[in-house]
Amino acid sequence: MTNMFTNTSLLRKSRAAAELRFRWFGRIAIGISLAFLFIMVGSIINKGKSVLISSDIAIIIDLGPNQVDPNNINQTGFDALIKRSLRATFPEITSRSDKKKLYGLLSADMGFELQKQIIANPNLLGISQKLWFTASDDVDLLLKGSVDLTTQEGDRRISNLEINWIAKLKKSGNTRSHFNKKFFMNGDSREPELAGILSALVGSILTLSVCFFVSFPIAILAAIYLEEFAPKNKISSFIEVNINNLAAVPSIVFGLLGLALLLNVFGLPRSTPLVGGLVLSLMTLPTIIIAARASLRSVSPSIREAALGMGASPIQATFHHVVPLALPGILTGTIVGMAQALGETAPLLMIGMVAFIADVPSSIIEPATALPVQIFLWADASERAFLEKTSAAIMVLLVFLILMNLLAILLRKKFEKRF
Amino acid sequence: MEIKTDTINSLKLNKNTPIIQAKNVDVFYGYKQALDNISLDIPENKVTSLIGPSGCGKSTFLRCINRMNDLVSICRVTGEIKIFNQDIYAQEVDVVALRANVGMVFQKPNPFPKSIYENVAYGPKIHRLSSNKSDMDELVEWSLRKAGLWEEVKDRLNEVGTGLSGGQQQRLCIARAIAVKPRVILMDEPCSALDPIATAIIEELIDELRNNFSIIIVTHSMQQAARVSQRTAFFHMGNLVESGKTKNIFTSPKDERTQNYITGRIG
Repeated sequence: MTNMFTNTSLLRKSRAAAELRFRWFGRIAIGISLAFLFIMVGSIINKGKSVLISSDIAIIIDLGPNQVDPNNINQTGFDALIKRSLRATFPEITSRSDKKKLYGLLSADMGFELQKQIIANPNLLGISQKLWFTASDDVDLLLKGSVDLTTQEGDRRISNLEINWIAKLKKSGNTRSHFNKKFFMNGDSREPELAGILSALVGSILTLSVCFFVSFPIAILAAIYLEEFAPKNKISSFIEVNINNLAAVPSIVFGLLGLALLLNVFGLPRSTPLVGGLVLSLMTLPTIIIAARASLRSVSPSIREAALGMGASPIQATFHHVVPLALPGILTGTIVGMAQALGETAPLLMIGMVAFIADVPSSIIEPATALPVQIFLWADASERAFLEKTSAAIMVLLVFLILMNLLAILLRKKFEKRF
Repeated sequence: MEIKTDTINSLKLNKNTPIIQAKNVDVFYGYKQALDNISLDIPENKVTSLIGPSGCGKSTFLRCINRMNDLVSICRVTGEIKIFNQDIYAQEVDVVALRANVGMVFQKPNPFPKSIYENVAYGPKIHRLSSNKSDMDELVEWSLRKAGLWEEVKDRLNEVGTGLSGGQQQRLCIARAIAVKPRVILMDEPCSALDPIATAIIEELIDELRNNFSIIIVTHSMQQAARVSQRTAFFHMGNLVESGKTKNIFTSPKDERTQNYITGRIG
């Protein structure tokens, strides 16, 4: 006898098939999105990972008293000294254009680097010895194997001649690679081998701090008032509609507002984290308000009734019972808003944070740039070596974002446990 | 045990003066009239039950007594409700003081998601009823004992109140309500979410509590009304049809609608 509960009827079969189909559609959708995520992150990491390594070149430099005056170090022509030493390393080079290429093997900062090394260690003076210098961006790429040597010479930024010199240096042990501290310790630079992310990172942190301290209190108070205290009438629903609309306004419009109002009317300092943070907080406010209101609304009304029924005043009911329960959601909403602000470029362009800033800002009223703007600037630069910098900057931005989300999860866990 | 009391708690009524007097109370939700000209007296230290079919207005009336209806913006109350001969809808009345004297237990147990101790201590804390920790401990114990919960929870006062069973949660809510020593306790179908055993415990508790408090209970169960209350008021479609001693209402109702309801023909 057949089991009477088996799937035999056509209806049951098609129902089961529909369910199976739907499950597979869901799995395929997740698979596609995961694949795109992996392709994106993978290609960024692949392009950006080489930034972690930078290359040096060693040359023998005569620091004898007739080259450098020990009593008056800063008067020395360090660039010329290095150039002389380079020529001594490759005595066969005679033509002017080749000499220029030869000098280009080292970073444009070579003179400073020598000066710094001597000041840090005066014992170097007086003798002739081997010293290390940062290689220029093209040499760095070559040493890291990022240059395709099969292409025509004219299609490369580095000529066969230079490749031979580097090969010779490499053979004699005069090149080395090491962890690229400069990328994390320097500000932006015109020279890719010297450019670093620190000024943009600090700029982003300062900008976000301003954004947080302005938007969080205002948004939370507005949300609590609108949700718990405001009378439900035409005015409050008008405000609600407008807050929702504000959240959908393109961010560049906020940038224009910041430009017109904060810079031109109030005369706040241009390109500073202060103005950037204020503009971003305009953008973040509606996001936090909406998230906080949703979170407050999701607190069971029975808790409010219980507190009010005890004789708690509305403000006691709100702050003793409703807000603590809504806090995890409020914090998550806040961090989502902040993460959005972190990735925002357009409004910062409008208020001048796109300027070339080499110094690390130390206060909110100093000119600064931000991570997404830095990515934009580097992506736009012509030097090939900025390509890896761009990817690396994106990685830094992503790590920052992941850390912020981690914080959101931790805060959520912490406040949920209390109840 | 010495507990500070609000002024109203020291008020004494003459024997036979009702603690609550409602006169010509009308309630509107927007344009819809929910209660029509209700006049009802509630005696002190007795259990009064409000019965009637769904939507008859009994819960609305209950919520007028501690002005919980104020929370509904479209709700409008006219007429007069006096507690201890004082009009609770007068201009100068502070609902916070009113609700401290008229406690409420809700249909669904709604303890705060905090510890059992904090649940009970919350009311005394916000009304500043106890000055120090040992006073508060005593008050919490007194309330939990009154609510018949002390023996079950005395070893786990720091566990969350929401972790208790449904019946225990409801008794915790009762303990929380009586901790501020109100004179009146309103109960809005307190047993509708509970099983028969928990219900029996709560009913027993209500019977004990009436020695100290005047209780008004809204219930759907006529057996419950008959078991716990001394007075009963029957509501129907926003009208107060009949009120009187529970015994009389259930054995010899004067109105046909009451007769029909208690025999199960309407409702």
